[in-house]
Amino acid sequence: MYSTDYIDQGTPRVDSSKTVTLEIDGVPVTVPEGTSIMRAAASIDRRIPKLCATDTLKAFGSCRLCLVEIEGRKGYPASCTTYVADGIKVRTESPRLTQLRRGVMELYLSDHPLDCVTCPANGHCELQDMAEDLDLTQSRYGLSGANHQHAPTDTSNPYFTFDPAMCIVCSRCVRACDEVQGTFALTIQGRGFQSKVSASQNEPFLASECVSCGACVEACPTVALTEKSVIELGRPDHAVTTTCGYCGVGCSFKAEVKDGQVVRMAPNRDGHANHGHACVKGRFAFGYATHPDRVTTPMIRGSINEPWRQVSWDEAINYAATEFRRIQAKYGRDSIGGIPSSRCTNEETFLVQKLVRAAFGNNNVDTCARVCHSPTGYGLKNTIGESAGTQAFDSVMKADTIIVMGANPTEGHPVFASQLKRRLRQGAKLIVIDPREIALVRTPHIEADCHLQVRPGTNVALFNAIAHVIVTEGLTKENYVADRCEIDSYRKWRTFVAEPRNSPEETAASTGVAPGLVRRAARLYATAGNGAIYYGLGVTEHSQGSTMVMCIANLAMATGNLGREGVGVNPLRGQNNVQGSCDMGSFPHEFSGYRHVGDPAVRTMFERDWGVALQSEPGLRLPNMFEAALDGSFKGLYVQGEDPAQSDPDTQHVTAALAAMECVVVQDLFLNETAKYAHVFLPGSSFLEKDGTFTNAERRVSRVRKVMEPRAGFQDWEVTCLLSNALGYPMHYRHPSEIMNEIARLTPVFAGFTYEKLDRLGSIQWPCNDKAPEGTPTMHVGEFVRGKGKFFVTEFVPTSERATRRYPLLLTTGRVLTQYNVGAQTRRTANVAWASADRLEIHPHDAEVRGIKDGDLVGLTSRSGDIVLPAVVTDRVRPGVVYTTFHFPDSGANVVTTENSDWATNCPEYKVTAVEIVKVNQPSAWQKRHREFTDRQLEFLKGGDVTHA
Amino acid sequence: MRAERLVTMANDIGAFFDAESDKAEAARNVANHLKKFWDPRMRREILAHYREGGAGLNPLVRSAIALLAESNGHDRT
Repeated sequence: MYSTDYIDQGTPRVDSSKTVTLEIDGVPVTVPEGTSIMRAAASIDRRIPKLCATDTLKAFGSCRLCLVEIEGRKGYPASCTTYVADGIKVRTESPRLTQLRRGVMELYLSDHPLDCVTCPANGHCELQDMAEDLDLTQSRYGLSGANHQHAPTDTSNPYFTFDPAMCIVCSRCVRACDEVQGTFALTIQGRGFQSKVSASQNEPFLASECVSCGACVEACPTVALTEKSVIELGRPDHAVTTTCGYCGVGCSFKAEVKDGQVVRMAPNRDGHANHGHACVKGRFAFGYATHPDRVTTPMIRGSINEPWRQVSWDEAINYAATEFRRIQAKYGRDSIGGIPSSRCTNEETFLVQKLVRAAFGNNNVDTCARVCHSPTGYGLKNTIGESAGTQAFDSVMKADTIIVMGANPTEGHPVFASQLKRRLRQGAKLIVIDPREIALVRTPHIEADCHLQVRPGTNVALFNAIAHVIVTEGLTKENYVADRCEIDSYRKWRTFVAEPRNSPEETAASTGVAPGLVRRAARLYATAGNGAIYYGLGVTEHSQGSTMVMCIANLAMATGNLGREGVGVNPLRGQNNVQGSCDMGSFPHEFSGYRHVGDPAVRTMFERDWGVALQSEPGLRLPNMFEAALDGSFKGLYVQGEDPAQSDPDTQHVTAALAAMECVVVQDLFLNETAKYAHVFLPGSSFLEKDGTFTNAERRVSRVRKVMEPRAGFQDWEVTCLLSNALGYPMHYRHPSEIMNEIARLTPVFAGFTYEKLDRLGSIQWPCNDKAPEGTPTMHVGEFVRGKGKFFVTEFVPTSERATRRYPLLLTTGRVLTQYNVGAQTRRTANVAWASADRLEIHPHDAEVRGIKDGDLVGLTSRSGDIVLPAVVTDRVRPGVVYTTFHFPDSGANVVTTENSDWATNCPEYKVTAVEIVKVNQPSAWQKRHREFTDRQLEFLKGGDVTHA
Repeated sequence: MRAERLVTMANDIGAFFDAESDKAEAARNVANHLKKFWDPRMRREILAHYREGGAGLNPLVRSAIALLAESNGHDRT
């Protein structure tokens, strides 16, 4: 069922400029044309009885409860499937209607247990509500006839049950799976009395195609599909509206709580990013917040070879501050730095960068966006003037041709993927550019018009070829370019891409994509009407990541696909607040709002506000910090909610750098991989334990609200304040709203933000200021942020990481739906039922020549290191390419990735690593060492000293 | 920091800006990129490497680092 405080309107909202006026129960009502009578009645608080209708699904008209009378018309039409019409007079109540409805309800009740008092859905069940409204407590038909009371319950899904005995076969679950999620995993099997909700081919839910998004559970009007947590804990007593802590979609949720414990996360139907939908992570995988692995007491130790010692907050904070000051005194002011978290709030990341700049006195601050979307920032800032996506998610519903490049939305951004699939089912064209056959290439009711299965490392060559076709076939929008772009830069770019060496035919040898397919894709995009590009880390995590982002912006400008709904350049950001952490000034060269530290006017403004002199030179980037640690000039690091020892490339290089530092302070929920190299551990707080804001991939800032008390006593921003105070730079905020006021004061694109406004509007997309007091859903309307758009010549420079005789395969990496990033959260939930280890995908041809079969253990070796993984033999990858994920620290996917990085930003080239694969029968040497190291560190966590054990 | 790594990084930057036909402009772009995004210790070290012969640096990057060296000289005055 939907959230406990939601009032369902019965059928979806209709957006129409035309209105219709009718009369319902004597009351005049004016609604948009195309609205159902049921929804029109709901708008004046006339709740027509219903069971098969809900406002996230198209009207179905099967339950026959919502009958109404219309003056002058025969019969009793269903109000859900009957539209309003000018001047009609509708009656929603009459003795005859009540008689008809009671008759229908009695039939339902004749095959439904009447033990409401003991039912977990008691008080939040539509069947119960309808029966009460019709004053029915039993059915005249009794329960003695044929019924489904002994049908077995399917408990296979870790998060919800399906009890056919409670099912009224209204098809809401089936329709939700189709219309909302777009997976089409459910059906009604059989006919008449034998009708039964069935997952896939009548399989248990867990074994079926079901992706456990929970849309069916949300839609179910009874207890037939119910969260196990509701069955176990009972009905929640209140709800708190907050924002999901997983991916960059930023879904709004009602956290429903009982006795201080989260019972369930119900997606918010008023949520602007998700419109009531969710995925398996956001809806169900919140158990990590109360997992016994949480470290809730501060700890310190002199070296990583010593056991941890539990201490008070005061002692831990003072120890960290003293160590940082000692290191600066010995090695210089620039010998320490900090990493804010893309999982923490805007207010928290703002404070960490402030701590580094104002209290540490340097600019050595960097964020995990360094290793994901930093090229997006660089590429978009230089071409169109702002380091962010240009659209709202809803814009996709007006797109005619959609390019999805280097992204796997059904796995990484599942709620947006559902919206995208809805648009594709309406007829929009799809071009997928990816070395793998991602699910969107062919999924129920969707087939990509083109799949350009590009060879890893050749994106720029491919996009230059697409641009070549568009330019040489005269498909550019010359008037748009002349009006909105720097014409000299355009001419240079146009001349460059038109060169024959950039044609699809000439580049095919590099890209591996058939020229005809490239030409078809180019024409589809350029002539679409509205062409929209969505991309992910398959674009950015390359040695030419920034160049590729510029390619995308060039193409969007040349075809006039920026500055209105339905078009745009849309980076799909990975973590919940990675956009926000970038916005908040977490990069070493810029303050909040992407303003360079070398700009005297900007720096002076911050200096006045913060009362301290600030450095004008950029600080170290994350990979530079590790390099500097190994050369001895960087000795201390404050890491809030990140885990570079697992997430960053070339693991052995990173861990050697961490081991070379004298004080590593980790603030986290768990003893993560980085914390195993730490000297101070400060317990972190989960998103359920704090107030603040997150910013999603569409620049949407949404409130995060405290649902339960911080398990270690402090929210993360409070811990940063404690550390800053101990360092002698006072930070005294009483609430994150005060931090937001400071952000607004110092950041022009955030000037209009207040918590009061966020509470009033629900969410706001920046820029939000005097020019756009309620935010900016679509950017670059009429003019680019930088003024005239600038084209860049995007010469293809092949990566130095190439397949060789020694390393003949190319490894690329990605993620799976049920796990998230380094897995610290999702590995500690029942999501491991779907994915409990990283696996290596290899093409059947490559597997066969190496004697590898599905499930075999294989050794994966690169010039950086070697690991062992189980193999999955599949033609999802092309020959010559292998693929894995990085969710599990024991597999160590980043042991094999290299130090190669994007030329402009140092974003690592995760997507191209030359490797060789061999069949093996035991873990790699690194994995054995890692296991021993982890065991030792876990002993240290218990306070034990294994060397003397 | 390892000179070898800094040289690779600088050459990668040079490879992008090398598309500019005006090589003086290209060198200025590389130098600006280094000033804007490289921590001063990294710039000091690439300058030191350049002054020691600059092994491995491509010609455009050499020109850019020469500009950096020049502007550093001006800065000191």
